[in-house]
Amino acid sequence: MEKVKGKKRKTIKRLLKYVTENYKLQLVVVLVSIIISALVGVLGTQFIKYLIDDFITPLLGSQSPDYSRLLNVIMMMAVIYLVGVVCTFTYNRLMVNISQGVLNKIRTQMFNHMQKLPIRYFDSRTHGDIMSTYTNDVDTLRQMLSQSIPQVFSACVSMVAVLFAMLATNIYLTLVVLAMVILMVFVSRYLGGNSSRFFVKQQEDIGKVNGYIEEMMEGQKVVKVFNYEEDSKARFDDLNEQLCDSMTKANMYANILMPCIMNIGNLGYVLVAVIGGILSVNGILTIGSIAAFLQYVKAFTNPLSQVSQQMNSIIMALAGAERIFDLIDQEEEVDEGYVTLVNAKMENGKIVESEERTGMWAWKHPHKDGRITYTRLRGQVEFENVQFGYEPKKRILHDITLTAKEGQKVSFVGATGAGKTTITNLINRFYDIQDGKIRYDRINIQKIKKDDLRRSLGMVLQDTSLFTGTIRDNIRYGKLDATDEEVEAAAKLSNADKFIKHLPHGYDTMITGNGEGLSQGQRQLLSIARAALNNPPVLILDEATSSIDTRTEKIVQEGMDKLMKGRTVFVIAHRLSTIKNSDLIMVLDHGRIIERGNHKELIAQKGTYYGLYTGAIEID
Amino acid sequence: MLKKLASYIKEYKKDTILTPIFVVLEVVMEVVIPLLMARIIDVGIQNGDVRYILEMGALLIVSAILSLTFGMLSGRFAAKASAGYAKNLRKAMFHKVQDYSFENIDKFSTSSLVTRMTTDVTNVQMAFQMIIRILVRGPIMMIFALLMVMSISLKLSAIFFVAIPVLGVILFYIAIKAHPNFERVFKKYDKLNRVVQENVSAIRVVKAYVRESFEEKKFKEVNDEVYENFKKAEKIVAFNGPVMQLTIYTCILLISWIGTQLIVGGEMQTGQLSSIITYAWQILASLMMLSFVFVMIIMAQSSAERIIEVVDEEPTIKDKENPVTEVKDGSIKFENVSFQYSDEQEDDKFALENINLDIKAGETIGIIGGTGSSKSTLVQLIPRLYDVTKGSIKVGGVDVKDYEIHVLRDAVAMVLQKNVLFSGTIAENLRWGDKEADQEELEEVCKLAQADGFIKEFPSKYETVLDQGGTNVSGGQKQRICIARAMLKKPKILILDDSTSAVDTKTDALIRKAFREEIPNTTKIIIAQRVSSVEDADKIIVLNEGKIDGIGTSEELLKTNAIYKEVYESQMKGGDEDGESEGQEKKDN
Repeated sequence: MEKVKGKKRKTIKRLLKYVTENYKLQLVVVLVSIIISALVGVLGTQFIKYLIDDFITPLLGSQSPDYSRLLNVIMMMAVIYLVGVVCTFTYNRLMVNISQGVLNKIRTQMFNHMQKLPIRYFDSRTHGDIMSTYTNDVDTLRQMLSQSIPQVFSACVSMVAVLFAMLATNIYLTLVVLAMVILMVFVSRYLGGNSSRFFVKQQEDIGKVNGYIEEMMEGQKVVKVFNYEEDSKARFDDLNEQLCDSMTKANMYANILMPCIMNIGNLGYVLVAVIGGILSVNGILTIGSIAAFLQYVKAFTNPLSQVSQQMNSIIMALAGAERIFDLIDQEEEVDEGYVTLVNAKMENGKIVESEERTGMWAWKHPHKDGRITYTRLRGQVEFENVQFGYEPKKRILHDITLTAKEGQKVSFVGATGAGKTTITNLINRFYDIQDGKIRYDRINIQKIKKDDLRRSLGMVLQDTSLFTGTIRDNIRYGKLDATDEEVEAAAKLSNADKFIKHLPHGYDTMITGNGEGLSQGQRQLLSIARAALNNPPVLILDEATSSIDTRTEKIVQEGMDKLMKGRTVFVIAHRLSTIKNSDLIMVLDHGRIIERGNHKELIAQKGTYYGLYTGAIEID
Repeated sequence: MLKKLASYIKEYKKDTILTPIFVVLEVVMEVVIPLLMARIIDVGIQNGDVRYILEMGALLIVSAILSLTFGMLSGRFAAKASAGYAKNLRKAMFHKVQDYSFENIDKFSTSSLVTRMTTDVTNVQMAFQMIIRILVRGPIMMIFALLMVMSISLKLSAIFFVAIPVLGVILFYIAIKAHPNFERVFKKYDKLNRVVQENVSAIRVVKAYVRESFEEKKFKEVNDEVYENFKKAEKIVAFNGPVMQLTIYTCILLISWIGTQLIVGGEMQTGQLSSIITYAWQILASLMMLSFVFVMIIMAQSSAERIIEVVDEEPTIKDKENPVTEVKDGSIKFENVSFQYSDEQEDDKFALENINLDIKAGETIGIIGGTGSSKSTLVQLIPRLYDVTKGSIKVGGVDVKDYEIHVLRDAVAMVLQKNVLFSGTIAENLRWGDKEADQEELEEVCKLAQADGFIKEFPSKYETVLDQGGTNVSGGQKQRICIARAMLKKPKILILDDSTSAVDTKTDALIRKAFREEIPNTTKIIIAQRVSSVEDADKIIVLNEGKIDGIGTSEELLKTNAIYKEVYESQMKGGDEDGESEGQEKKDN
């Protein structure tokens, strides 16, 4: 319990830090405005007493009353009120800036941080749940920042002002009021605690519902093909029911809070009246001061119940904030690399760094003693006794040792699940190995900066990912500053040009919803075009042509071979035709390399590859 | 729109009605309590009558307890009603969306549908709760206060009767101004959601191309758009509070000025003036509450419109009246079928053009053709994932449009090219094909689909949990699970849309053998890149750019069809293909 409270306090502190750090000046103005506006409000309640005592009573009974002095006072009051209104306007306006600014900042921070998270993070969550953090959770903060916090602060100012007035009148009665306040705090702690538990659950449930909706929408074709609409509705109803349940409970506790506070206030009023009455009968207190004091009690508890009304949104916001901070606090991909990739050129037989794209790359290797050496990028990749498993206990790859030399085409063959994709995911460090070493041009890849490592490795995956935008934009993803001509050249090289030209608006055809209108093969052609435009030193093709017909594949392959001439290419394919001309073929089985060599050698070995090739052996 | 929105209250009608009733009772107590308090001061304390104070105090405590009870009850009912209402809205939307055709879905986009079902519903829910609680409380408090003022001085109450309508007009004007801005905000929200969604699902590409900063820039753009628009909208709304205060302060000053003259003129007493001022504050408080609700409603209005749009959308593919409820057999007939994806395209650009086919029940049909030759499109017309643009398709002798959609899709099983598995266990995923299937049946189809072996190798076997999209099994494993899932349906027509591309040839052959032997009466349509996958089919259809280029057995096509011949030879002669056919070995050596 203590731990939970401590966490909440930390969350609040962290949230407020966003405000105090970025909007110091504005915040000061806001606070001053709120104070003035609240004091004007308190003053307003006192004004009437002043009016009666100082103006109305003396004027009573006068035959020709002189209202000029009254007019002056009213004009003065008008000015004070106007100041109050201006202050209210000021802080309302500024709070819009502050709260929207903070939300903007939090979203940016979340997204930028998310870009640095390891692939594992995305594996373990539904996409909709992640999306929910950006909208539903951030949304909970909006109301709290723009409405609740100013209101609570304003209420506090009024309460403090009234408290002083009370203390000036009578200490004992004030103590009675304070005792009531303590009772209120206890009640609101209890109710607030319950409420907050369910608000946390509510935000989780919203995430789940969001995730389910997103997943069902993504798989809508399968849903339809399997007539699964009714079941998908039923499962949704379950999740929806859960959400409704936590929502009801959370809101219930929050809704009960205000009547509780208000009526404890009423109770306090009665107590003060009774005690005050007894005191006055005994002549300890004057009647006038009890009357005044009772007014104060009301003025004191009113803002309190206002605060309790805001509790709802504050508690909910804290639940949302926890989820937000959970994302922001996720551990980033570790990157201790310091070797970077630079464009290079030869000068006097030495490699020097170059500003422009020379077509030659080099690893820039700073040493401890301040020396910087350059190693030419050749694309040589070595695995040395590499062990890996997605879960620490479950090994997927055992003792992988291999060398891909510069300019070689290296292929992986094996049954589904043999670990082919896993190997390529280790080269670009989507996942980190557990044991062994991977060297890239004789540099341990742990020493290479991740961005630079990945920049040197082009990758085309079986599951293509397209973005909303034109075909041209999607290809250009491979090289952001590519000209239209370059884009089209890459499309021609990958043989995508043909179908693109047949689209209604050619290269400017909009792709929406992950390119549902395109066939899987066409999508693969686009992602190959993207890689071709990227023109990387080393290329990984992971079942990149699996949905492309063999005739087209042949043309694509010739294009890619030409492009990648002299550079290292890793290929994963089921179709042996795709890899037959490889320099080195690795046959994988259950995470082990069982055969290696080129096509001819492997056929001559008459082992697994031969069996596969002739159809005599089943890989599984 | 209100009527429509109200129609989703349904089983929460009781709670929805009880909430304002208890709110009213609560407000009554809130009015009674100050009166009792006034009595304590005016009578009890003024006269020093402790007994009276105690009596009134007891009465006050009873009132407070009542007020508390009413307050708690109204709070409870409000929570139940609003959460329930939100539930019904989400349910209505989700259920409707499940009946959408792809055309409908494309119209909204997935990310927009997700925001509508969550963020927009939350907005409407908050507004709903506000309406049943505060929209009742505010006016009633105001009316009570006004009545009290009127009973004291009609002249002074005139001030309020002028001020309140003026205020109303101003607030209304603010609302009208803010509304279009909020509409824009939600559109930007959709976009923000989309950018996040695409980023998350393409994270491997993003990382592989080191496009993190590019993505960050993209996000910043849409994030800033949300920020700017929201700021604009809320800035307009920020006028609410000050305008309210201005009005009420003006009223108080006017009351002071006129009130003083009335008192001096002997028309009123001092005590009455201070009461009026107290009531003025009460009116202010209720107006403030109303303005708060008002902001909520302005925001919720845009959200409500977006919700209504979803539930009002008519599915473009739906059951006819008196549909046919039985599929006789697995025969398929295409008659002059042409198809284009959207009406906006020019007339001459068809994805499929003039297709005529006659497939008998139980036949195995192979479809072969280049990338983009519309193979997938062709088969997706059979279970009516899309409707033909011209011509007609008959299954079992009946036009597909005449069937009840569920009946048709039950009879047609399809393994899609883009396989989708859902988060859950393998068994759960398989049971999509048949909910009632027992473990034995699951294993049986998995054996046929050559999936049983690898599934049993997983530590948790059939209970292995898959991530969203099935990222923790390999492509070929995914395909075989999907085939098993489709076979579990025991369909009359089984369509495999390039669904063995990641499966090795040997396994592929075993699957086809199982088809032949175990489900001989099912019509099988196999789209493939490998000639070996379709070679032994009864008929092979060669598609080229949306048109049929040739139909026949492999032998016939080799003689008559140039495209088929070329594909066949390129795969067989060079031994390029995975070497399924015999004789290849000889050529190669």
